[in-house]
Amino acid sequence: MNAESGFNPGLNMATIRQAINETIERVRMPTPTRLRDLIRQIRAAKTQAEERAVVNRECAYIRSTFREEDSVWRCRNIAKLFYIHMLGYPAHFGQLECLKLIASPKFTDKRIGYLGAMLLLDERQDVHLLITNCLKNDLNSPTQFVVGLALCTLGAIASPEMARDLAGEIEKLMKSPNAYIRKKAVLCAFRIIRRVPELMEIFLPATRSLLNEKNHGILITGVTLITEMCENSPDTLNHFKKIVPNLVRILKNLILAGYSPEHDVSGVSDPFLQVKILRLLRILGRNDPDASEAMNDILAQVATNTETSKNVGNTILYETVLTIMDIKSEGGLRVLAVNILGRFLLNNDKNIRYIALHTLLRTVHVDISAVQRHRSTILECLKDPDVTIRKRAMELSFALVNTQNIRAMAKELLIFLEKADPEFKAQCSSSMVNSAERYAPTIRWHLDTLLNILIAAGNYVRDDVVSSTIQIISSSPSNEQGVITVKLWESIQETLDNQPLLQVAVWCIGEFGDSLLYGDDLEFTLERPTESIVIELFNKLLCSNQVNMVSKQYALVSLTKLSTRLKAGQGEIKGIVEAFGSHLNVDLQQRGVEFSQLFGSYNHLRTSLLEKMPAMTITRMNGNTEGSGEVEPSNIKVTDEKSSTNGRSNTDTLLDLLGSGDDIIMSTTSSVIPSNTTNTVESNNLLDLLGDIDLSASTAPVIVSNNNNNLLSSPVTMSIFDDNENTNISDVSGVFSLNGDSNIPDNFDLGLDAMPQSPPTNAKIVTALDKNDLFVQLSMVNQSDYQQINMITTNNSKDTLEQYLFQAAVPKSFQLQMMSPSGSVLLPGGKITQEMRVKNNSSNAVLRMKLRISYLCNGNPVLEQCEVSEFGK
Amino acid sequence: MMQFMLLFSRQGKLRLQKWYVAHQDKVKKKITRELITTILARKPKMCSFLEWKDCKIVYKRYASLYFCCAVEQEDNELLTLEIIHRYVELLDKYFGSVCELDIIFNFEKAYFILDELLVGGEIQETSKKNVLKAIAAQDVLQEVGNDDTYDI
Repeated sequence: MNAESGFNPGLNMATIRQAINETIERVRMPTPTRLRDLIRQIRAAKTQAEERAVVNRECAYIRSTFREEDSVWRCRNIAKLFYIHMLGYPAHFGQLECLKLIASPKFTDKRIGYLGAMLLLDERQDVHLLITNCLKNDLNSPTQFVVGLALCTLGAIASPEMARDLAGEIEKLMKSPNAYIRKKAVLCAFRIIRRVPELMEIFLPATRSLLNEKNHGILITGVTLITEMCENSPDTLNHFKKIVPNLVRILKNLILAGYSPEHDVSGVSDPFLQVKILRLLRILGRNDPDASEAMNDILAQVATNTETSKNVGNTILYETVLTIMDIKSEGGLRVLAVNILGRFLLNNDKNIRYIALHTLLRTVHVDISAVQRHRSTILECLKDPDVTIRKRAMELSFALVNTQNIRAMAKELLIFLEKADPEFKAQCSSSMVNSAERYAPTIRWHLDTLLNILIAAGNYVRDDVVSSTIQIISSSPSNEQGVITVKLWESIQETLDNQPLLQVAVWCIGEFGDSLLYGDDLEFTLERPTESIVIELFNKLLCSNQVNMVSKQYALVSLTKLSTRLKAGQGEIKGIVEAFGSHLNVDLQQRGVEFSQLFGSYNHLRTSLLEKMPAMTITRMNGNTEGSGEVEPSNIKVTDEKSSTNGRSNTDTLLDLLGSGDDIIMSTTSSVIPSNTTNTVESNNLLDLLGDIDLSASTAPVIVSNNNNNLLSSPVTMSIFDDNENTNISDVSGVFSLNGDSNIPDNFDLGLDAMPQSPPTNAKIVTALDKNDLFVQLSMVNQSDYQQINMITTNNSKDTLEQYLFQAAVPKSFQLQMMSPSGSVLLPGGKITQEMRVKNNSSNAVLRMKLRISYLCNGNPVLEQCEVSEFGK
Repeated sequence: MMQFMLLFSRQGKLRLQKWYVAHQDKVKKKITRELITTILARKPKMCSFLEWKDCKIVYKRYASLYFCCAVEQEDNELLTLEIIHRYVELLDKYFGSVCELDIIFNFEKAYFILDELLVGGEIQETSKKNVLKAIAAQDVLQEVGNDDTYDI
């Protein structure tokens, strides 16, 4: 009858009464299914529905038993609930029952109850106050295993509140003479500091003595706790500098002591403890020559004496290498460390190879020449069948490229790029473009490499590769332009699938078609294409379904330009261009109509309008093309374009106009340009189109809207567009009369003054900041190819704000271009406007913006930062 | 510090989950599903590490069971493999050549053993003998009140 007697020898009336009650209850209630029977039933279920039925029935039963106050079967029922929970069914109704089990005096109940607390409770539960009380009780239990259960639970689910409430108890237990309790308490202290760093002070006094113990459990938990404390605060780090000799001694004992079966792992003595000590040494030795000096010898010993045939040995070597590279270690030791990594690279075990690449990448900045020695091995890893390893090898390879090895490296990387998975191609090609730009030995090599990248990466290259390639070709000497044009011509003979390549090729043929067809200084022996073959190819790609719209836009402009490069064939070209006058795509149609004017009434202007583009100055759109994924201030491109007299400063937009035509697509409403902006980018486009016509006489502020593309349209063709709700056009076009002399800007003024400047009606307006009487609003308008965001800052305060600077950053998948602001001084009640253009490179990304606003208020600098994400899609 | 440990079968069935960081149940389920799918899709010859969010995933397959741990950036992934191996050795010693069924039917024991190896996601004991001794002593304590209500 007396089941309790073994566990609780103190027999008294209460326990006797309880035993009697339990016996009665057992008779009254049917025995519930045992855990293993339930598991069998569930496993026997053939379908999901069947399983659900079993689970639901059991859950219903378990719930019903919860209503009984003192069920002797609670433990069994809760255990079943854990299994059900693991299958993914809700089981939170068992939380309170777990607490009842914990409160039970029986060890089985407590063991299951605490298990449940760890499984079913998370930090959000309001039962935490209850469990804190249970823990407090059990932490003071005379039975070490009950204390152990409570400590283990606290270690797993300590919330900040629990940490605060129980820190005192834990500190007491950290001094316990019982090693079993002490080690667990130390890890609880570790957890408490993790959650509430300011509680660290309480534990400091009891911590140092932990390292004097022989017991490995206490040593390893002690080292873990000290590591956490050192990472927590620099003061504590300094406080613990003096333990370096202790740690060195412990490590030395581990290495030198003979075989100890208790802690041996494949011939290595307690690798767990060794690794923890090495990591703590790393933290203590960082930027500290004295501490580093004190650990040099032991690190050398570990690095040379550790057995490397098994994973354990390599585990320790890996940690040792990290420590050597991180602290102020001797040069010889560093060479030793890099050589260990070199050996790792040759290891048969993939995990070790991965570690080697990963660590070399971390250390490449410390000692690049040491890493260079392993270059060939690293390049071998580019061919590894494991994608994780290939990715690391690629990153490391790019880190190793320099002026000396660029030719060889580029060759290997091109082979890699060709065979790489699509996911790598974008990153790899952009990185290659960067490396080529930095280290190219000759222009010829640079251009050839860009061509090879375009061929190898195909449609996976990022947009910036196309534009930067064109820029580089444009600024090359003319004989190189001719050579690359011929190569590009050859490269597109096979296929028209590769759009980026096609765009670059077509652009070059348009610009340098004369060299392609009639060049004489080329070292090529190939047969030059005839004019009709070239025109035929253009015709083919303009009609092809494989060719995308952007490439066709390039091609149409290019073909028009070609008309002035060819000796004959203008007639054919005219025919093709005119055919686009009725194209379904409005952009191509417009180009068709406008360009055909150049073959008609404005034929005399064609040659001068379509001259070669002037060499573009290279401005890096994106300094950071390595996919770090973070939005950093360095990614912000602030285009500071003041009124330029020759109208040719902005090469990027120039490219757009003649290339993709993104800016000149007919948009439903014209962009609103702040009235006080002097010379916007669009006007540059316009002036650029005019090429060499001298516009330097223009000094008056010019304001031009997107509609400037109608420059070439006559009133007759306008009728086509009247249906397109673009009413502004007629205002402008009527005024334009192109006669090739330099008073065009005056006409612009006339035309544009008449333009309505009302804000667009479909703008989404977001308030980005409303603070200290500073009110920042963003209004977004979808343009055909980008989103135009107008920032308006209003100063509602009574102070004048000076040096107002508005900066914005967008996620990597977007491109941000910022126009110049309308001013930098905000008078009381004053406004500043600034236009931004955001281009989305991946269709499914949602636009977010980080904003940084700085200004001087009464001479005091003020900085505001905020994030805007409500633009929607 | 270890963030969590998952045991799952080749069929993708979860066999054990130990969380050392607080997440809502919903999030835990999502993470579990995501990792199980990713890991099962990997070929056997691939390395045991994955970069996942701001964690490192370390996994290893023993017979039909995958052991999968998430550790922090500063943690040594090779050592994590040793921890997994140590846990497998402990299970093996406790059950006597352990198999998946042992863990299914005695999952609570598997948790108890893990709790004697790790506390709060860090190693508390590097001696196998000590872990098994502690488990055995607690099992005895449980059997002291030996009647069928204690037999779950």
